[in-house]
Amino acid sequence: MNARLSRSAVLAVLTLLVIVVLSPFALVALNAVKSPAEYASGGPLSLPDSLYFKGLADFWIRVDFGEKLFNSFLISASVAVLAVIVSILNAYALGIGRVRGRGAFLVFFLLANLLPQEALVYPLYYLSKEVGLYNTQLAVIIIFTAIQSAFGTYLLSSVYTAFPREMLEAAAIDGAGKWRTLWRVVVPISWPSLSVLFTFFFIWTWNEFFLPLIFLISNDKQTVPVALGVLQGDRMMDATTTSASALLGIVPAIIFFLIFQRTLTRGVMAGAIK
Amino acid sequence: MTTSTEVKRRPLAGAAPARARRRRSGGGYAVFLIPGVLLSLVVIVVPLLMNVGISFTRWQGVGTPEWIGLDNYTRLLGDENFWASFRNIIFLIVAMAVVPTLLGLVLAAVLFDYVGKQIGPRTASVLRSGFYLPQVLPVAVTGIVWGWILNPSFGALNAILTNVGLDALAKNWLGDPAYALYSVMVIMVWFQIGYPVVMFMSGLQRVDPELYEAAAIDGAGWWQRFRRIAIHLIKPEIYVVLVTTTIAALKIFGQIFVLTRGGPGNATLVPSYFAYQNFFEKAQVGYGSAIATVLTVIIVVLAVVFLRIQARSERRDLL
Repeated sequence: MNARLSRSAVLAVLTLLVIVVLSPFALVALNAVKSPAEYASGGPLSLPDSLYFKGLADFWIRVDFGEKLFNSFLISASVAVLAVIVSILNAYALGIGRVRGRGAFLVFFLLANLLPQEALVYPLYYLSKEVGLYNTQLAVIIIFTAIQSAFGTYLLSSVYTAFPREMLEAAAIDGAGKWRTLWRVVVPISWPSLSVLFTFFFIWTWNEFFLPLIFLISNDKQTVPVALGVLQGDRMMDATTTSASALLGIVPAIIFFLIFQRTLTRGVMAGAIK
Repeated sequence: MTTSTEVKRRPLAGAAPARARRRRSGGGYAVFLIPGVLLSLVVIVVPLLMNVGISFTRWQGVGTPEWIGLDNYTRLLGDENFWASFRNIIFLIVAMAVVPTLLGLVLAAVLFDYVGKQIGPRTASVLRSGFYLPQVLPVAVTGIVWGWILNPSFGALNAILTNVGLDALAKNWLGDPAYALYSVMVIMVWFQIGYPVVMFMSGLQRVDPELYEAAAIDGAGWWQRFRRIAIHLIKPEIYVVLVTTTIAALKIFGQIFVLTRGGPGNATLVPSYFAYQNFFEKAQVGYGSAIATVLTVIIVVLAVVFLRIQARSERRDLL
């Protein structure tokens, strides 16, 4: 009886904590589908009489949200693919090839990933203007490919250090060169690690704010976080419109979370073992 | 660990031809580094060095930078905003690294050890996902959500307080210098808490249940087992969480940009936003570069120190 009581007590406390953590999501969802009039009369906690989607639709049209989704998707997917490829090439040389100076390279890539972007931003801004890449998505893609692949190289090199040597030797006996061995043997076998990296790179790039804010100044090139972030404090933003904008930012993130949850959990664990 | 396997492997590959082949093949692999190294040079190494160089100049971003030696750095030492930004960062390290790690340890232990075993692993993983959800949001979106909830005129929190008759507690949460930093701290705890919970729960899976049972037979209570066994065994995770969250706190920008722009006054100013202001609002590029350089040095030193401590404790565990 006593054990049962403490069991329910622990469960009640934890459930309450989770409800507190999730309440901002609930508030946003509740008020995004409420008309401004209803918000004015009933406040943030009242349940709407009927679902009101006009606020969401108006905001979607006002910021051309479809375009922002496309921009974010284009940038994140390009970075994820390119950064995985660069990570594979680096890690092949460092983890499997064990080229000279690999320790120094690994420390370099680890530190490169930890650097604050503020220390790179002005020179990158200046250089991109010089070569005509300022205010292009290509500039953002190139920069994030470098930053993400620094982490990818570090992680994947430790995976490739433990790669079964027999498989490489078997490929060599079959007459496969290094290039062929990489794509026919190493990449297929390390596919689970690569998919974790891809997932990380995609979500991290999607969530980035600082560099896209600086590099994408014209409206039609902006990503979802930048477009929503710069509108904050705008006079047009009342309670229901702000909730609508927050909901539009939350929904893609939750969709990715659900799709990638399995991969992500595995990845967080891989990070812990590293 | 790595060195010992290498030492062992070498005599195995001992035959002279094999060794020669390996050396030649090492050279062949270097080609694969070319794209990655070029990319890092252009995007990371050259800009980083340029930034350090610019920090010794006075420059508006156009025209020729004027060499002024260490002037920007001596100016930093006397700049009230600079010290405010670092004082605020210490508060944010408490909110983003220290509190989530401590809370995360308790929550992970209760979820894994109590809920997982007494009630069911399914309940534990549902609760874990609940705590983790804020982590999946883009930082700018967390700023939008909380900027609205805490807004003094149309925010949800003050409206709720008024509804339940607690108008006296309603505040200008982000606009009053007395509360702004604490409000941001609470938001950051909310945002970060899921990461340590997930990391520590996965670490606890490594703990051998027999060890726990043996300790229980020896009369160790739950708290003792948690402190002596669990915390000791998930030390690697604790280090990883502390390093990554501390560095994340030092770099914080998005939430500050959306929530407060460093204000009111300099109540929530942080180094990255301070550098941003100097780069892009005040056109004091040399000064901004000096701030960014100081921040970089702090982060690199911290990372190296943490990695050292971690390596040393791993060595101690092996003995």
